[in-house]
Amino acid sequence: MPENDTTPAIEFRGVVKQFGHNTVLDGLDFSVAQGDRVTLIGPSGSGKTTILRLLMTLEEADGGLIFVDGDPYTHEMRGDKRVAIPEKRRSLVRRRVGMVFQQFNLFPNMTVLENIIEAPIHVLGKSKAAAITDAEALLDKVGLAEKRDERPTKLSGGQQQRVAIARALAMEPDILLLDEVTSALDPELVADVLGVLRNIAETTDITMLIVTHEMQFAREVSNRVLMFDGGKIVEEADPETIFTSPSHERTQEFLRAIL
Amino acid sequence: MNEAAWSWEHAAAVLPELLNGLRITVLATVVGMVIASVLGLIVAVVRRSGLRVVTMPIGFLVEFIRSTPLLVQFVFANLLFTQFPSLAVGCVVLGIHYATYMSEVYRAGIDAVPKGQWEAAIALDLPRSRTWGAVILPQAIRNTLPGLGNYAISMFKETPFLFAIAVVEMYTAAQQYGANNFRYIEAITLVGLLFLLVSYPTSLLVRRLENRLA
Amino acid sequence: MSDNLQQLVELLPQLGEGILVTLELTLGGAVLALLIAFTLGFGSRARTKWARVPSRVVVEFFRGTSLVVQIFWLYYVLPLPPFYVELDPLACGILALGLNYGAYASEVVRGSINSVAKGQWEAAVALDLGPVHRMRRVIMPQAWPLMIPMFTNLLIQLVKGSALAAYISLHDLNFFTEELRERTSETVFSYTVGLLLYFAVAYLLTLGMNALEVRAKNRLGAGPSLREVLRLAPVQTTADVGAGTPASTASKGGDRA
Repeated sequence: MPENDTTPAIEFRGVVKQFGHNTVLDGLDFSVAQGDRVTLIGPSGSGKTTILRLLMTLEEADGGLIFVDGDPYTHEMRGDKRVAIPEKRRSLVRRRVGMVFQQFNLFPNMTVLENIIEAPIHVLGKSKAAAITDAEALLDKVGLAEKRDERPTKLSGGQQQRVAIARALAMEPDILLLDEVTSALDPELVADVLGVLRNIAETTDITMLIVTHEMQFAREVSNRVLMFDGGKIVEEADPETIFTSPSHERTQEFLRAIL
Repeated sequence: MNEAAWSWEHAAAVLPELLNGLRITVLATVVGMVIASVLGLIVAVVRRSGLRVVTMPIGFLVEFIRSTPLLVQFVFANLLFTQFPSLAVGCVVLGIHYATYMSEVYRAGIDAVPKGQWEAAIALDLPRSRTWGAVILPQAIRNTLPGLGNYAISMFKETPFLFAIAVVEMYTAAQQYGANNFRYIEAITLVGLLFLLVSYPTSLLVRRLENRLA
Repeated sequence: MSDNLQQLVELLPQLGEGILVTLELTLGGAVLALLIAFTLGFGSRARTKWARVPSRVVVEFFRGTSLVVQIFWLYYVLPLPPFYVELDPLACGILALGLNYGAYASEVVRGSINSVAKGQWEAAVALDLGPVHRMRRVIMPQAWPLMIPMFTNLLIQLVKGSALAAYISLHDLNFFTEELRERTSETVFSYTVGLLLYFAVAYLLTLGMNALEVRAKNRLGAGPSLREVLRLAPVQTTADVGAGTPASTASKGGDRA
């Protein structure tokens, strides 16, 4: 839980990430305030998705520190040595972070409801009845109450993604990571998913970190946009400014190319 | 008992016989594999393009041979064809048995050739023989190389079944030495190690080939 | 011919025993192989070297040294010094079959677990499911249907391998076949009967395994349920049919082109 309102929800300090000889993040510093909705934009390979994956411990940083609500996450300094934090402690921090994936990644061996209640019961220790009540409320929120006993494979991509959002929210995260959540969807299904996310943004104070190509969505939902290029932030501003009068040349080029 | 558990003397004595047997083992594997490769391909092509009257019985035969013991097939064939040397009978049975597996490998390889290749051949009005010979098979065979390698290794490890028809391959050589000298430990242990010595490096090579082609 | 059948009928008790021994070897070997497969399969993908390296060594050893050698090693060598372990022939057969096919099956376990989509692992991490929970509830239910068809192949191999039992003094189907031949002096008749019996055993096992596969896939929400398959009702699914037809490899000739 946030210690106070000035502690950033997320903070990267000098984070380095390499894949082989390819340095994706080279000493990245940035922070996200509590309740912020931050969209990361930039050409592919600029390191946006890597940031989300680091926050989910799906990748391991090669250098630097990551803090969540001021708590060291995967590594900490002991004296002047950077040491890995054991899995048990990581898990406690990770519990505050939820993620929605490009490919939904629902568990095909479980029904919609089972997908949602699995972690609240077994990780948060909720009672089954409470987990089901909460799950039903969430399904209602994403407009899929009647699909609770369906298999994910029987749903459309857009429906699957909405279930995935409900599943992530069921863990009651402080931070929600959205990794190109509409990229795998047919165009006509995008609107429903974005509608659900817009609703969540309006009705909760969850901190959101968004990687997306939907600039309209970024504009409506986020209050800050970070433009990445070559593993660095080249420009940072509110959406209005960045979409109407970007100051950096790379941002201008990027927006011209995708809009 | 004053016998040593392991005698290097016996080990040294049996080794030349085992290596002699290894020659037969390798020979049977190579001949068996040649038969399996050719016959398997014929079966795969016939099953794909033939009529139901042909493909049904062949399908049954393939399934029958594949799901009954090689060991029993060796003995059966050897009893039937007494006029031929056991080694020859053994090689042919090995070849036929593995042809049933190879035909599946070829089938998968042929299926893996993109449909567009067939369509292009039709669009070019290529005759059937050219379509198979010049377009489909050259691409399919490439896909089958790892399968061929894997079955060669597994055939190699099944050649000891030939003991049942008294072909003196590596295992039978060990068995004979054991029976003649009442010393089994060195002979049988060494055979196992020799199998490992040949099959493990070979399987590493095949895995490399698999990765290269994948 | 009727003479032959007469002999066959007279030998029915022996036939029963032969089938029983073959089934004992098969099921015993399969259960042992399954245990070994999961132990070595998980061992092979363990993080610590101390589990991984020994697992790999054992797997490569039993895959590389030939079933025939293994079974006779257990039979002839194990009772000798320095081991002095005299196994019952049936135990000997089951142990050899279990170790050999267990080593192969462990590769199936390892490969199937590794081929569960990466996104499934990641989603489980994102939900903070622990490693054991993740494996049990998310990965295994998806890896299992991938394993079954390959297990089926190995099971048939195991049945075939069990014919070695006749050479370690067991009265299995192979032994019965030879007995029948001696009694009738009819090679073709006896061996045709023997091979058909093996075929029947293999076919029934394949049927059973296919049913298992249909059920496992259905639990993943893919393919029809077992009941639907058995009822032979027209099933409207997109893909994944073919699992329902027994011995599907034989029946699919691919009659186009």
